[in-house]
Amino acid sequence: MMESGPITGPVVTDATAGETALRSPDLAGVPAKPNPAADELGGTFWRRFAFRRPLAALILQRLGLSVGLLFAVSLMIFGGIEALPGDFATTYLGQSATPQAVENIRKDLGLDRPWSERYLSWLGGAVQGDFGTSWASRNSVSEQIGNRLGNSLFLAFFAALISVPLAVGLGMLAVQFRNRLPDKIINVISLAAISLPEFFIGYLLIMFFAVKWGVATFPATVYDSMGFTERLSAIALPVATLVLVVLAHMMRMTRAAILNVMSSAYVETAELKGLGTFRIIARHAAPNAVAPVINVVALNLAYLVVGVVVVEVVFVYPGMGQYMVDAVTVRDMPVVQACGLIFAAFYIFLNMAADILAILANPRLRHPR
Amino acid sequence: MPELLSVKNLKIEATSYPPGEPPKVVTLVEDVSFDLQKGKVLGLIGESGAGKSTIGLSALAYGRGGCRITGGQVLLNGRDILKLGRGGINSVRGRHVCYVAQSAAAAFNPAHKLGDQVIEASLRHGIMNREEATKRALYLFRVLGLPNPETFGDRYPHQVSGGQLQRAMTAMALCPNPELIVFDEPTTALDVTTQIDVLAAIKHAIEETDTAALYITHDLAVVAQISDDIMVLRHGKTVEYGTTKQVIEAPREEYTRALVSVRQAKRDEAPDQTDTLLKIEHVHAGYANGFKVLHDVSMHLPKGQTLAIVGESGSGKSTLARVITGLLPPSEGRITFEGKELPKALKGRTNDELRRIQMIYQMADTAMNPRQTVREIVGRPLSFYFGMHGAKKTERVKELLDQIEMGTRFLDRYPAELSGGQKQRVAIARALAAQPELILCDEPTSALDPLVAEGILNLLLKLQEETAVSYVFITHDIAIVRAIADSVAVMHRGRLVRFGPKSKVLSPPFDDYTDLLLKSVPEMEIGWLEKVLKTRRMESAGN
Repeated sequence: MMESGPITGPVVTDATAGETALRSPDLAGVPAKPNPAADELGGTFWRRFAFRRPLAALILQRLGLSVGLLFAVSLMIFGGIEALPGDFATTYLGQSATPQAVENIRKDLGLDRPWSERYLSWLGGAVQGDFGTSWASRNSVSEQIGNRLGNSLFLAFFAALISVPLAVGLGMLAVQFRNRLPDKIINVISLAAISLPEFFIGYLLIMFFAVKWGVATFPATVYDSMGFTERLSAIALPVATLVLVVLAHMMRMTRAAILNVMSSAYVETAELKGLGTFRIIARHAAPNAVAPVINVVALNLAYLVVGVVVVEVVFVYPGMGQYMVDAVTVRDMPVVQACGLIFAAFYIFLNMAADILAILANPRLRHPR
Repeated sequence: MPELLSVKNLKIEATSYPPGEPPKVVTLVEDVSFDLQKGKVLGLIGESGAGKSTIGLSALAYGRGGCRITGGQVLLNGRDILKLGRGGINSVRGRHVCYVAQSAAAAFNPAHKLGDQVIEASLRHGIMNREEATKRALYLFRVLGLPNPETFGDRYPHQVSGGQLQRAMTAMALCPNPELIVFDEPTTALDVTTQIDVLAAIKHAIEETDTAALYITHDLAVVAQISDDIMVLRHGKTVEYGTTKQVIEAPREEYTRALVSVRQAKRDEAPDQTDTLLKIEHVHAGYANGFKVLHDVSMHLPKGQTLAIVGESGSGKSTLARVITGLLPPSEGRITFEGKELPKALKGRTNDELRRIQMIYQMADTAMNPRQTVREIVGRPLSFYFGMHGAKKTERVKELLDQIEMGTRFLDRYPAELSGGQKQRVAIARALAAQPELILCDEPTSALDPLVAEGILNLLLKLQEETAVSYVFITHDIAIVRAIADSVAVMHRGRLVRFGPKSKVLSPPFDDYTDLLLKSVPEMEIGWLEKVLKTRRMESAGN
C-alpha cells in the first residue's frame, strides 16, 4: 500500500492496546504518523504518559517485563526441580536409606511442607539475596556463589573482550570483500567453528596446545592465591574455546546487518552524492546498523555467561557452571535453584539492555513528531 | 550551443541468475542516444522495465544492483564520465549531477537531520562552507514552499510528510548548484493534491536556478507539464524522441499513441436502481489506540453496479473496505447486505456471508502465497466454499483462467513466474472463484503500468457484464472513476464529502475539496500546470 499512517498500519487489537510494548524496536513497528492528539486520548495515566514520553514509557515497560519474566522463570525453575526424579535424601543416604532415615532428612530440610510454601519462603529469601544453605555442604549458598560467580564473570569478560571487537571487525572486513576470497575464508572458518560443539573444541584445544605442544596450562583451575597474570594464562584455553563458539554468530550477524543497510536507498543516495566509501560506512551505514548488532552482541554475551557451564566442566574451572553441575548430580536443590535463577537473570537483563539500547538508537523514538 | 549532456549509443547490461540455470547476461538498455542543453528538461517516459531509471542513473555513471554500462558514451560538458575512475566520478556526483529518488522516505537517512543531509554534498565537495550552505538550504526550502523553512532542517525524516520529504530531496539535489538533476519519478508516490504542489515547486526551482533536468516518469500528463523534449522508451529501446508538443499532440509511433489515449476511456453510468446490495449507514470506526479514522460514513451500492471511493492517502477509504469485510468492526453504525444486517466482526459471519464479499488488493504480489501454484491459489476458495476437489476443481480453475483471459498453460506457474498484470488477473480469478456478489477492489491498478492497468479495468468491466457482480472500487485516480464507476463517494480525512451518481458528483457545483481534487489531476495538455497555478493565485488573491 502506498498509504502511510494508521489506515494501513498494523492492526491494533485490544491485546496490543497497551501501546507499543510488544512491538519490536525496529523502524517498521513504529507508527509512521502521530497517533491521536493528547487531549483526544481518554483513559489511564499510563496511556497519557506513553503518549507524551514514548521513549521513557517504552523503557519502563521493558524493565517491568524483564522483572515479570524473571519471576516466571523462578517459578519454572522451582517447578522443574520439583519434577526431577529422585531426591536428595535417597541420593545422600545411598545404600543405607531406610524409610525412617529418609523421612528424617526430608523433615530436616523442610521437604514435608507443601511446595507453594517452600517456593514462597525461597523466593522471599532470594529477593533479599539469601539463597539458603546448601544441603550437601551446609554452607551458605550466597557466599559460595559469590566466589564462583566472580570466576565465571572473569572468564566471560575476557572472552567478550576478545570476541566482540574481533567479530565486528571481521564482519566489516567480510562486507568490504563481499563475495571475494577473504569473505569466503572468514565464512568457512566461522561456519566450521559454529558447527562444532564447545566441548569438542575444548578437547581439541587441550589436545594440541596443552598435551602435544605444551604451550598452555591444563586444567584451568584458579585459586585465590594466584596472581593476575597467572590467572590469565590459566584461562587462555577456555577463553579461546568461548571465543570460537560465539565469534561466528556475531560475525555473521554483523555482516548481514551491515549488508542490509548498505543495500538501502539512503546509502545509494550517499553514493550518488559522491561521498567516499569510509564516510558512507561511518556516517550513513553504521548508525543504522547499530541496533541489530547490539542485539546479537547482547545475545552472545548472555550465552557467554550461561554457556560457560560446559566449558567450565571441560576445563575444570571453578566457576558457576561447574558448581551447578556438581549440585545437580547430588540433587542439592538450593544450589541448583540459585544458579538457575542467576543464569536466567543474566540472560534476561542482558537482552533487556540490548532492547533498550536499540530503542535509544532509533531516531523515531528519540525524536517523536 | 554546446550540449551539457550527450548520451551516445548507450548499452547497459546485467547478469541474472535464474535458479538451476547458468547465469546469463541480459541487455537492459540498447542504443539509446540523446542530447540535453543547459537549462532544458528532457522527459524519459515508459512502463516499468523500460530502462528509464537505468538510463537516468547512467548520467551519474551509476549502475544499480549489478547493472553495468557496457557500451556507448556519456559526455558531460564534452568529457566522458564513464571513463573516470572512482575518485573522478565522485567529484562529478553530488557536484555537477544530482539525483532525486522516487521514494524520498527511503532515500533520506533516518539517523540524521534533514538539514545536515541537504548540505552534506555541498560541504564535502568544498563548494561552500557550512554557513553559506545553510543559507542556501534555507533559500531553497523557501523556494520549494516548505513550512517553517527556518527550522525545517532541524527535523528528522520521519517527522515530516511524504510531500515535504520529496521537496526536501529536491532541495538536497539543488543545494550544490549542479548543472544537471536526474528526477526519478519524484511525484509518483504522492497524492494528486500534493503532486501538483511538488511539481510546481520543482518546475519553479529549475527555472529559477537554470538547471538542466532529466525527468523520469510513467505519467505522460505529468511530463507534458515540465519537459521541453520527451523520449518514449520501451524494453530498453527508444520508441520516439521529439519535442513535447510533437509527442503529445502528434505522436508518430503506435505505442506512443496508445499511451496518449489510455486516459480517454469513459463509461456511462447505469441508472440508480432501488435494488440495493450494500448499504452502509452512519459508520464510525477507529483503532484501539484511540485514533478515529471514519466519521459518520453512509453510502449504498445497487446490484451489479460499481461504486468508486476516491480520496487521498489517509482519507479512510481502505479502512472503509476493512470495515465492510469485517476485519475492523465499526464502533457505531450498521452495514446491510441484501437487506440483512451483517455481523460487525469477521468472526461473527457465516461462511456464506464471507463467500459473498471478496477482495482484490493493490499488491497482488503480497496477497498471494509465493509457494503455491496458480492452480492452488485459485482452487483454494473452490474447496473451501464449495467442497470441490479432483477433476471437478481443476475443470473449474481452467474455466476461471479462461474468464480472466489467461489460459490453462498458467495452471502450474508460481506467482514469481507471472508479470504484475498477470498476478492481478490471478487475484481476480481467486475472488471470482467464490462466486461473490461483491468484490472490494483496493487500488488494484495503481501499482501497474498504464496499458496493463487499462487491460485489468476492461477485464473487470467484462466480468461485471457476464456475472452481474458489484464492485466497490477504491482509488485515488479520477480517470479510473470516470472510466468505470456508476456512483462515486469522495472521502477526505475520514469523512464522506460527496456521494451520488457519477454524473452529479463529477460536475459542478463542487464543494472545495472535490474541486481541488478534480483540478489537481494532471491533464495531457501543455501549459495545464501554469493555468491551474494561475487560477489558484487569482483565487487566493480574490479571497
